Amino acid sequence: MKRGRIAYNGAILDVTETPGEAVRLADGRVVAEGAFTWLPPVEVGTVFALGLNYADHARELAFKAPETPLVFLKGPNTIVGHKARTRRPDGVAYMHYECELAVVIGKKGFQIAKENAFDHVAGYTVANDYAIRDYLENYYRPNLRVKNRDGCTPLGPWLIDRDDVSNPLALKLTTRINGVTTQSGTTADMIFDIPTLIAYLSSFMTLNPGDVILTGTPEGLADTKPGDVIETEIENICRLVNTIVDDATYFASTN
Amino acid sequence: MYYGVILNDRQSLERIGPLDGAPYKGAPKAPALYIKPANTVCAQGAAVRLPKGSPSVEVAGAIGLVMGRAAGRLTLANALEAVSEVVLVADLSLPHDSYYRPPIREKCFDGSLPVGPRAKIADIEALVVTTQVDGVEVERFALADLLRDPARLLVDVTEFMTLGAGDVLLTGVHYHAPQAGRGSRVEIHAEGVGALSFSIAEGDA
Repeated sequence: MKRGRIAYNGAILDVTETPGEAVRLADGRVVAEGAFTWLPPVEVGTVFALGLNYADHARELAFKAPETPLVFLKGPNTIVGHKARTRRPDGVAYMHYECELAVVIGKKGFQIAKENAFDHVAGYTVANDYAIRDYLENYYRPNLRVKNRDGCTPLGPWLIDRDDVSNPLALKLTTRINGVTTQSGTTADMIFDIPTLIAYLSSFMTLNPGDVILTGTPEGLADTKPGDVIETEIENICRLVNTIVDDATYFASTN
Repeated sequence: MYYGVILNDRQSLERIGPLDGAPYKGAPKAPALYIKPANTVCAQGAAVRLPKGSPSVEVAGAIGLVMGRAAGRLTLANALEAVSEVVLVADLSLPHDSYYRPPIREKCFDGSLPVGPRAKIADIEALVVTTQVDGVEVERFALADLLRDPARLLVDVTEFMTLGAGDVLLTGVHYHAPQAGRGSRVEIHAEGVGALSFSIAEGDA
């Protein structure tokens, strides 16, 4: 099943998929796209993100692939839903998207064996883990000013149940800027796969329901400009849409 | 959520030495932040278990600013109004010499943030945090030594990330803070705030 969360009619509601550009509420009402606001499909707990977890992307950034997972964390301030706007600060030279398979934890666990890792997965969604490279510094890199900015990690729109995805490690990833494909890869190229990541993280920290692991991005980064519509899509998961806006638009006190 | 900052005091900058060469290629410009997620928080009196293979842990006594409200794009004039109180914590880290990559295993293992008492404090920069291991004082951290004072730190952090009500921003931790071995008892103290006691367990996590 695909599950989403929306803000509609003064409430936060769980919804499911329905044919056409609409969602279905728990009581059966169908609400058209545009009449509600998408929220991230889960209320996130701890958000982990992987750096350099695709060999081609590591090469693209002129790094050797890491020997242990390169993990960084994100706060809740950075997560926004489908069709949100993300700010590109004025004067920035390079702000790129990163299409990533997001693994949502469904069951608490500590020191989880690789062979049991999928028991702890609730499902999958799509993340776009924007980075502004102008702000990179070599302390706890990638540093929070690059990766933990308000509204810079769109997530959603759907959480797909684990058992509905037969092989999460063979999914096509695609990013389009204004409809033109700029990034295409496959989750088969991950260096540290999902069971390895769950075993690694839980070897020293307890994973909880709602924790999310963003598993990294393949090569194919490109700059994004205000007004660009960025679609990050993963086959059989969902398609996440985000619009880049400039400071004047983002900070305008109109809505 | 707890956020912390490294290299925010003069003593730490002296301890780490020149930063011009690789891998840092210069002193930090923005606050060099890290996150202590929910699994790290433990209470007064905890017996913290270290990951296998780690005989000891760095103990950095620290003062956190507790946000009384959601706060983004604070100014020097209003930053401290967003802080409801301070909290005394011990930020535990497995010893790591390099600050180049995010310290997930080193700083985010279960129980790596014992959290102590809270207090409303008029003059946060006058606080001094002392750390005792097995009854012996091993460290003093005077907030007067901060490079970015609490207001400046809040301004520079909330410039790009909004802190939520209840979030905590640690004001600084010493580079190469003193270590406590397995079986030791630790007490952190700050006059006017109170004391935080915990121990390092003998067994592995």
